[in-house]
This record gives sequence, structure tokens and C-alpha cells, in this order.
Amino acid sequence: MAEAIFDEMGLPGGEVRRAYRTLQAWLDETPHEILTLRREEAETFFRRIGITFAVYGEGGDPERIIPFDIIPRILEAAEWRQISDGLIQRVKALNAFIADVYGPQDILRAGIVPRDQVILNETYRYQMQGVAVPQNVYTHIAGIDMVRVGPDEFYVLEDNCRTPSGVSYMLENREITMRLFPELFSRYNVAPVDHYCDELMRTLTSVAPRNCPGEPTVVVLTPGIYNSAYYEHSFLADQMGAELVEGPDLYVMDDVVYMRTTQGPKRVDVIYRRVDDDFLDPLTFRPDSALGVAGLMNAYRAGNVNLTNAVGAGIADDKAIYTYVPEMVKFYLGETPILKNVPTWRCADPEDAAYVIEHIAELVVKEVHGSGGYGMLVGPKAAREEIALFRELVKTSPEKYIAQPTLALSTCPTFVDEGIAPRHVDLRPFILSGREIRVVPGGLTRVAMREGSLVVNSSQGGGTKDTWVLKD
Amino acid sequence: MRIQINQQTSYRYAGPANYSMQVLRMRPRDNAGQKILFWSLSVPHFANVTQGEDAFGNPLDTLYVSRLHSEISLTISAEVETTDTGGILRGVEEAFAPVFFLRETPLTAPDEAIKTLAASAITASDGSPLDLAHRLMDRVRDAIDYRIGETHAETTAAEALAHGFGVCQDHAHVFISAARRAGLPARYVSGYLWEPRDTEYEASHAWAEAYIEGLGWVGFDVANRICPTDAHVRVACGLDYLEAAPARGLRRGGGEETLEVRLRVDAGAIQQ
Repeated sequence: MAEAIFDEMGLPGGEVRRAYRTLQAWLDETPHEILTLRREEAETFFRRIGITFAVYGEGGDPERIIPFDIIPRILEAAEWRQISDGLIQRVKALNAFIADVYGPQDILRAGIVPRDQVILNETYRYQMQGVAVPQNVYTHIAGIDMVRVGPDEFYVLEDNCRTPSGVSYMLENREITMRLFPELFSRYNVAPVDHYCDELMRTLTSVAPRNCPGEPTVVVLTPGIYNSAYYEHSFLADQMGAELVEGPDLYVMDDVVYMRTTQGPKRVDVIYRRVDDDFLDPLTFRPDSALGVAGLMNAYRAGNVNLTNAVGAGIADDKAIYTYVPEMVKFYLGETPILKNVPTWRCADPEDAAYVIEHIAELVVKEVHGSGGYGMLVGPKAAREEIALFRELVKTSPEKYIAQPTLALSTCPTFVDEGIAPRHVDLRPFILSGREIRVVPGGLTRVAMREGSLVVNSSQGGGTKDTWVLKD
Repeated sequence: MRIQINQQTSYRYAGPANYSMQVLRMRPRDNAGQKILFWSLSVPHFANVTQGEDAFGNPLDTLYVSRLHSEISLTISAEVETTDTGGILRGVEEAFAPVFFLRETPLTAPDEAIKTLAASAITASDGSPLDLAHRLMDRVRDAIDYRIGETHAETTAAEALAHGFGVCQDHAHVFISAARRAGLPARYVSGYLWEPRDTEYEASHAWAEAYIEGLGWVGFDVANRICPTDAHVRVACGLDYLEAAPARGLRRGGGEETLEVRLRVDAGAIQQ
């Protein structure tokens, strides 16, 4: 891993990297007042469309506008090709793993992934054991979080195989950039992303259940307006021309799912669900859930409906399972992984735990089942008390934690109060798996707006950027 | 032994409901200790039934009603030929490795009292898992008096042990929770128990199974301090009650519900 921080544009005084030269020239000729004005316009746009997210635990109204940085991030075609090939390979392996876990369990039998780590894992949905899913696809929409530490060095930070969100930011960010800076945009040959929703719809209809009577009816199932990603749910449904429904809008009759409409019941074939497994069917999972549909699992098992992503796909994005993904690529595909994993210490292993406790101040410590940047320690940036707290947590429940070295995340030029300054970024591209696997060129770039900060999660003050992939 | 089962379950609502569904786990399967000679389910003419199977291999009969109704009555009739296998379960295809049944569930999460109970059984046992399971059965039964109406379907193992009263479901839950804590895979079984009497039964029965290395799955009917005999008919299993419950359902409308269960379990000897 590179020690020095890699700036994707090239730091002041050094050489500007090729993809950024036109941008640099444009920034040099554009007064900051104009940039400030454009930033305000962007904020007005996001506020008007109502794209907000929720931050908990800070008091006050949790609804926030995610900060949008107006300076795009630019990836060259060759850089993207490497990423894209790696993503397709990785998602194929993740899918094969999930299908295997809920099927023959060859990888457990082979001793490559420890059996207990899977079958005693909270995210293992044993109710899926032996259920046949269309095309054997489980993670139809995957969001893979990546970081860059050098010109050709990308690492996968985590896989999101359940209900990854953020794609609406990818699409809205592009739209606003094209509106604010048409002239800059036209100086570049940027690959489009606006066909994402068509590709999503094509993916969903390609995995219709085996008993689907004709052209599949697709709906988007949301937990409702209080969910932090509700905007995205309604946006995607709208763009796909699919109904946006909540649990009470659906019911099951004779193992078939119907939606109540003003014209009477309508059969539903594919549910793009943004409701967590636990809440999907109160007769199979949490009995107190009011967000799901009673009997949904009956219909699913009977091959009368398909759920995307599949129930139980979360077993592949568990942070303890993450460490085995390179092995999965070799085991299922017989290939060498294109994308690298961040070296990870599993605290469930006593030797690893001892190392982590000793070196905790240099490491990033994460909860195995956590997400959203909560329950995580960035050792080098943390206060002494916080480090002491995590040391105790790892000692008490080692199996709940993993640790990784602090990576020197790449930076991109970002328009902040001080002017244009480098800020750390990551990248979440979205991979669609149906009959075929597709990756829309781009993704969601998240940026840590605070100087020096490595935490890019929107819940922790991160912002987003438009991500340009250049055509050859 | 030849066992006849006749079970009528009636749900009556204060007002009309316009939708009901019930997932039934009431259909027993053959194993080395029981052969199903006859089984039937009858439902009202306005209800549809689908058949399926859950991940544990339990047969599911799901009943659907989508018109106005204020009552649903179900009747199960069955005849089963049983033999005593000393409580050992054989002839069942297992979907999960035994270690899977160490998973905790909300109903069976151990608290300090259950952990203490498990630890005391380990100390007292001769080190063999079979002896450990028997000691657990005795300790759980000693700690919880059989009394109907003190607990309900949602009572957790920890609550039942703290309360000191309960029914077969509570005995099974506490046993399962403590067994898992002691490293023994354990699961919940619902079924029927024939008793030498000629009166109606209050409810169907439940017990636990523990995985004993060398023997396989062995039943522990904690409420009766015995391993299942030819008086037991095994119907469904799961990690806890919720996954093996004879009926779980949902309904729209209808207001308050009155449930009536009439159960007769007769043995061949007194067959008319």
C-alpha cells in the first residue's frame, strides 16, 4: 500500500494528470464567485426535488440534504475497464457463494469458509435453504464500495449485496452537473449513466419467477415515507414506470402475490424490495413486522414471485465473510481476483484479536454486522477515550469486530469553504445481475468534506460528487 | 400402537373479516417410529388450501379466504401406527447440520438464570451428552411447575423460568435454551401425546430434541420427564415454537377472535 496520499488530479506544484487537464484549465478561468453561485443552485435543486437523508444521534431534525460537491471526479476509460472487469468478476463470485450457501454448501464442505461462520451467522437466512430462485441470481443489485490508493491500486472496502442505496444520487448528480456546467461537460466525452433505470428494469424482468403467466409486473416495495431512502424508492419506481407499494398494498392469495389497485387485484411477479429480510413476512421472520406481507415466503417458495435482492443475500456482505471473497473468486470461477481486498484481521481469531488490541490506535475497527459508518473506530483520528472504549469492546466480544489498516484513501479536488482543496473519496459502482451482468459506467463518489477525514458516509458528514467515466 | 387423532379448531370473530390466511404445520411425516396410515384436513367450502414445505422439511398447508366470513373451522383426522424407538429419531432427512441448532432465537435466548441452570447440569453430569440432556430435563422440569394459563405463546424461555410455572411449550423452550448454552444442539418439536384417559385434551403437545453424538436426534418430553415413546406423534420441528407452531396466521377485519380447540387422541386398544 502506498504511504503518500494519491491525488487523482495531481497535487499543486506537481503535474496535473491527463484526465484532469481540461478541468484544471476550466477551474483556473472560472471565478470562485461563479462556483459559489453554482453550488447554491445545486442545493436549491436538491431541496426542491426533496432528496434528503436522515442522520440519527445528533439531535434536531434528522432530515438533511446531502452536500453535493460541484467538481466532478474523472476516471479514464482504461481505469474504468479494470474496475468494471473486477466488479463483474467479484459479483459473479458473490452470487455463486450465496447460491452455494443456500444449496449444496460445497465451499463449506471444502473447508474454505468455516461452516459455523455461515450457519450461525445472523445474516444467514436458513429459511432460504433449498429455495430455488430464478436464474440462480441472488444479488441483482450490488453496490461495491471501493477506495483507491494509487494510480492503479484499487481496493474493495465492502460489498453491499442486500439493498444498496445511492444510485439516485449517481443519476441526479449527473443531471445537475450537466445543467450547471454544460460548457465544461461538452469539453469531455463522458459515458452516459441515464440508462441505468432501463437496465434495472431489464434486469428485473429477466428474473421473472418460473410461474409468471406473461409479461412480468414489477413493483418497488418501500418501508414507507419515514425510510431514509424513500426518495430513491419513489425515484426508481417513477423512472421504471413501476408501482411504488408498501406492505399493506400487497396480499397473498393461494400462494400468489396481488396488489390492490383501483381496477381490482393485480398479480405481481417481481418485487424490487427495499424492505429488510427481517420485516418481509411476519409469518416467517419478525412476527411484529407491519412493513411486510404475510405469506410472501409461501409465494416465493412456490415460484410465484421473485424478490430482488433475494432473501438471505446479506450472508455475502457480512464483514467477516468479506475476508473470504478472494478465495470465492478462485473456488467458483477458477480465476485470480482482479480487485484486491483490504487486509483484514478477524478478531474472532484469538491471534488476530491480540494483534488488534495491541495496534488498535493504528487501525480501523468495524462492527461485523454494522453499516453506515456507525460503530466504527478510525484509530489514528480517534480520541484516547474512544480508543480505550473500542479496546474494551474487542476484548469483550471479539467475534463482533474486524480491523483493517488505515488506508491512504485517494483525494480529489473539492470546492470547500477554503477554496478548492483535496478531500478523500471512495466509489460505489452499481452492478446489475439478471440473465446478464451489467455495470453502468460510473457510480456514487462519496467525499469526506472535512479536511483530513477518512469517513465518507453521508451519516458522518460526507458529501457526493458526480463521477465521470471517459470514453476512449 | 395405533393412534387416532381428531382435532377441530374453530376461529370465531366478533364481526366479519374479509381476508384470512393460516399457515398450518399439522401434517405428520413418516419416520422410523411412526407411519401415517391416514391424514385428512377439512376446511370450509369458501377456503382454498395450498401445499408446500418449509426449510426444515415440515409440510405446510396454507389456508386462504378472501371473502367475508366470521368463522373458520378446521378438522384434522389422522391415524398413525407408532413404535417405541427409545426416543431416538430415525428415518428423517435432515436439512441442516446439527451445529445449526445452536442458533439462538428471541424466544430461546438464555439469561443469567438459564446459563446458571446449564452450568449446574454440566457440573452434575458424568460428561456424556446423553447424561447431560437427562439432567437438563430434570432440572428444567423441577424449576417449572406444570400449570395452564400462566404463560402464553409469546412467553420467552427466560420469562418462563423466572415465573416458575408453564406448559409443555415453556418446558421445551427452557430446555432448548439451556442445552444450546451447554453446547448441545437442540430444537422444538410439536406433536400429539396419547394419554390413557377418555376425555378431551386441552391442547396438542410439544417437546424438545437434542443432538447426541453417536445416537443422533433424541426427544426429551420435559413436561412428562420422559423420552418420547409410542404414545407420541411427531409433527413439526424448528428452532423454537414460532417455527413449529401448528397454526400461524393473519386476518383483516373481524375484531376480537375466539379460539376453540377440541382434540381427541385415542389409542387402538380403545377404538370402537
